[in-house]
Amino acid sequence: MADLSIKLGQLDMINPVMTASGTFGYGEEFADLVDLSRIGCIIVKGTTLKHREGNPYPRMAETPQGMLNAVGLQNKGVDYFIQHIYPRLKAIPATFCVNVAGSSIEDYSLAAQMIDDLDHIPAIELNISCPNVKQGGMSFGVKPDCAAEVVAAVRKVYHKTLIVKLSPNVTDIAEIARAVEAEGADAVSLINTLMGMAVDAETRRPLLSTVTGGLSGPAVKPVALRMVWQVAKAVKVPVVGIGGIMNATDAVEFMLAGASAVEIGTANFVDPSVTMKVVDGIDEYLDRHGYKSVREIIGALEV
Amino acid sequence: MKKILSDFIVSENIHLNDHYILLKLTTEAPLPDMLPGQFVEVRIDNTPEVMLRRPISINFVDKANNMLWLLIHLIGKGTFHLGTLRQGDKLNLLFPLGNSFSLPDSGTAPHDKPFLLVGGGAGIAPMLLLGQLLAERGYRPTFLLGARNKEDLFELEQFASYGDVCLSTEDGSLGEKGFVTQHSVLEKQTFARIYSCGPKPMMMAVARYAKFHGIECEVSLENKMACGLGACLCCVEDTKEGNQCVCKEGPVFNINQLKWQI
Repeated sequence: MADLSIKLGQLDMINPVMTASGTFGYGEEFADLVDLSRIGCIIVKGTTLKHREGNPYPRMAETPQGMLNAVGLQNKGVDYFIQHIYPRLKAIPATFCVNVAGSSIEDYSLAAQMIDDLDHIPAIELNISCPNVKQGGMSFGVKPDCAAEVVAAVRKVYHKTLIVKLSPNVTDIAEIARAVEAEGADAVSLINTLMGMAVDAETRRPLLSTVTGGLSGPAVKPVALRMVWQVAKAVKVPVVGIGGIMNATDAVEFMLAGASAVEIGTANFVDPSVTMKVVDGIDEYLDRHGYKSVREIIGALEV
Repeated sequence: MKKILSDFIVSENIHLNDHYILLKLTTEAPLPDMLPGQFVEVRIDNTPEVMLRRPISINFVDKANNMLWLLIHLIGKGTFHLGTLRQGDKLNLLFPLGNSFSLPDSGTAPHDKPFLLVGGGAGIAPMLLLGQLLAERGYRPTFLLGARNKEDLFELEQFASYGDVCLSTEDGSLGEKGFVTQHSVLEKQTFARIYSCGPKPMMMAVARYAKFHGIECEVSLENKMACGLGACLCCVEDTKEGNQCVCKEGPVFNINQLKWQI
């Protein structure tokens, strides 16, 4: 059995397998099916300063090897999280990180500041890249100077591990990654969903209430791998790979391309116990190839 | 209720006609109690076009044979694949999911007026389990089942063993001609409570009838969903308490919770 432990900033994880925000609820929903303590880090649903109802139904459309979503960050706000959800999470022996989203710099930093006080939340993932929020995270994530500005503001008030989740809907993702690294991000995670769209030819209507939405699943994996590869070469901070990871082999591919950890998203909908299989599968891969530590495969791609 | 992820074996895949199947599934572990209105999420394997699980309501639990029945309308790529399953094939299920139709407490005296169970199309599926559980509690429900034609009405003998059965078909090939909401039983009788599952326009018409007559009414929704566990928030219904997950807070809602224009 190889050493699976990974460190992102000050965040110690027992293995590199994380869950992608919005695909694993608060972890509790999966507690019957998964040993939550065996997941490297559970990133809970995107949380905003104020309550958000999200977008109207329909919010989801299945597409070939993927799905589009337009949930729109439905959540009850950071106050509700702290008062009602956090006390329950505290009682679960697992590592939790909160995904923080916002529509203004003040929103981001206020929410981050409040979460900074929670002893059992050692990290946040700053969502500057949600494609489903009007005047939302997306605008921060698509321009290097805006991304830098929001990360700088949050860095001032947030003292634990700060992961910044990047949008793939940009010309040069490496440039954004460098900009947020320069402002003190401890790690970057990518990719958030790719903007996409689906149409019903018979009804001549879009399949999502918002017309466009975020594409995830195996369909985006090659794009995600390419971006992780580019970003890992561009920054010194650890990179968390996300995008269509369905099994341990996919996870290993991302690590070889330069990721220090991975997030499992859409796969949780197909197999709610997939995180356990990915953890076991990475371990098996390392043993089979004679690696002592998972850290040995980070960026080990032979080009 | 503990969620289970487990493999089932196809015991029988009965092609009722060219667009409906009755899938009888068995598993090694004894089946847990399941509530009427609950559903399973079926994994669709070996089909590159289909990735997400498909939510299918529980039709019947055959406890003696440890068998789960799913009555399935073959309507898209996912369900077409289920139509191709053969005896002995494996199928992975996530279950039991969702809330349930609210059952009267056992031991309470049956009402003078019967419960009305309205099922339309594939929506007749959960009415069988509901009817069975009501019958076990000493009730004799009235089933009002509707379909396009007589070929799309199934399990009628079993329904009849639990209660009175009224039928509607759009072409008049069985029962009364027309929609369920045009059936004469609705004028002849009054009901203590109405449960409904079927196409949304049908359920809205049923809800309108219930509201007009001041009858408690529950409907089962089938919004498009992904996780089935209340995690992804894709399947929400706009209710008076805000957006609620059909997979977790539903699929059964009292019509007073919904914002339907009825």
